[in-house]
Amino acid sequence: MMKYKSQGVAKLYFTGAIALFVAQILFGLILGLQYVIGDFLFPEIPFNVARMVHTNTLIVWLLMGFMGATYYLVPEEAERELYAPWLAVAMFWIFLIAAGLTVAGYLLVPYAGLAKMTGNELLPTMGREFLEQPTITKIGIVVVALVFLFNVGMTILKGRKTVVSLILLIGLTGLAVLFLFAFYNPTNLVLDKFYWWWVVHLWVEGVWELIMASILAFVLIKTTGVDREVVEKWLYVIIAMALITGIIGTGHHYYWIGTPEYWQWWGSIFSALEPIPFFMMTVFAFNMVNRRRRNHPNKAAVLWALGTAVLAFLGAGVWGFLHTLSPVNFYTHGTQITAAHGHLAFFGAYVLINITMISYAWPLMHGREANSMRAQVWEMWSFWLMSVSMVFITLFLTGAGILQVYLQRFTDVPQQFMVVQEKLALFYWLRELAGLIFFIGLVVYVVSFFVAARDAKRPELSAEVTPASA
Amino acid sequence: MAQTFTKSMARNIFYGGTVFFVLLFLALTFDTSRALPTRDQRAQLDPSTELGQRIAHGKALWEHNNCIGCHTLLGEGAYFAPELGNVYVRFGNNKEAIKAFIKYRPAEGIAGRRSMPQFNFSDDELEAIAEFLKYSSEIDAAGWPPNIQG
Repeated sequence: MMKYKSQGVAKLYFTGAIALFVAQILFGLILGLQYVIGDFLFPEIPFNVARMVHTNTLIVWLLMGFMGATYYLVPEEAERELYAPWLAVAMFWIFLIAAGLTVAGYLLVPYAGLAKMTGNELLPTMGREFLEQPTITKIGIVVVALVFLFNVGMTILKGRKTVVSLILLIGLTGLAVLFLFAFYNPTNLVLDKFYWWWVVHLWVEGVWELIMASILAFVLIKTTGVDREVVEKWLYVIIAMALITGIIGTGHHYYWIGTPEYWQWWGSIFSALEPIPFFMMTVFAFNMVNRRRRNHPNKAAVLWALGTAVLAFLGAGVWGFLHTLSPVNFYTHGTQITAAHGHLAFFGAYVLINITMISYAWPLMHGREANSMRAQVWEMWSFWLMSVSMVFITLFLTGAGILQVYLQRFTDVPQQFMVVQEKLALFYWLRELAGLIFFIGLVVYVVSFFVAARDAKRPELSAEVTPASA
Repeated sequence: MAQTFTKSMARNIFYGGTVFFVLLFLALTFDTSRALPTRDQRAQLDPSTELGQRIAHGKALWEHNNCIGCHTLLGEGAYFAPELGNVYVRFGNNKEAIKAFIKYRPAEGIAGRRSMPQFNFSDDELEAIAEFLKYSSEIDAAGWPPNIQG
């Protein structure tokens, strides 16, 4: 079913990604509990350590998923084998071992000890949000990314060049180049923060959107059979809007960190437009599915694709807009509102686009066009469990955030941070409950792979469309 | 989309728009970098002075103990523990109060409640951290946070 043998390297990346996804959610549950039972696992696993594991495993598994998606997508688009499949395999193991060692370091050594062990003072990059990895790990990420880009670039260069693979390559190149700002860490806190956003914002509200849109376009071309010309035109318009709004949209992080006040105008106006590309992605996805020329037997993949478009718009678009205007952000900056937005945006856009690709490609890499209907039902259950519970996590955090903003920032008698936190306990308990349901959804997702593998041995359960005359 | 709007037009909007807004962003960055010296307290950071060295040491300690994993600083970080960009002001413009707070955290935590770990800092280190937080509070952050509670 797979057109090119080397596409199979994606299996490794997808497996590693899902394993890290499970770890990420387990640590999320620990964090959620620490919000209400403050001394849970203290001092063995303090909040900051669990949070590093939660966010860093997320980033690594999303990157691993992007790489797997690229290795699957690019040979098919370029109509040739991967330039060097062995390099892709080698880089996977280097990446996985580096990630594993880093997480083990977080959990087994006090963070200050890890900084000392890894010689952070030689080139200090640690201890900044999301960029907590030891400098040596960061260098490893750069090496893996460069080898990856070389491998993918050579494949595209020697093969057919499509808009989808070109946009994907631009996105991935941007990802690698912008990560270099992780190595700039001046003592001047304002400059530190200013350029830190060149990694964080320009990734998730910039180049990652190119990666996401091109993967979505690929899956929609394959599952709907809609003419490539139509899809490519949409793709260009979507990513044009993403960068036109998102680059200056960085300004919504420059309101209160010591940068000039004019950023309140630039940031508010341009980031208010940031929902547009996400809305277009939703219209695009539904449009392509409605105009489909074939009924692909992998219905689960189409559900994940539509879910990506809708929840990315809600999480990144609507929940982003909610607190992006500077007069609003003055009160909401750095509260549970931010956490609410972060959760639904990452899940809707980047978790779901990865699962969409995995759902589409996994059966094909195992010699079948789609999984058995039964396995697909498991997948669809996991989609609804995870998506609905994540929407509830977002709603509960939003409730907590509104209350927090009012009690701590807005009323005439503002109360202390910790006093307010105790009043939010009910919301935090409900969030933890929704988190548990999310975890059940994730278990169901993992089970779907085993159901699919077992059913694949029984051809009578195949979901593939058979001619009516047969 | 109508036939009058072609794929090559869409492509041109993407490349043209991207180049234009990257250049605009770089121009704004350039302007910001010229405006920052009056806002970011860089005079305090002069590495040839004792104060500058102490703030740099404080920032390194801030990073090496992953303080941002629980606290926010100018609103950025984790939302588990109080904002520290204005803690110097909240503690009555008193470095000693900051140092005492950090120094006397119970090693085993507080039953049932959130607690900051005991980091066993030396007096020099405590002084450096307090100096770094004092410097942070003096950055011109456009009037944020809304009130003393952060």
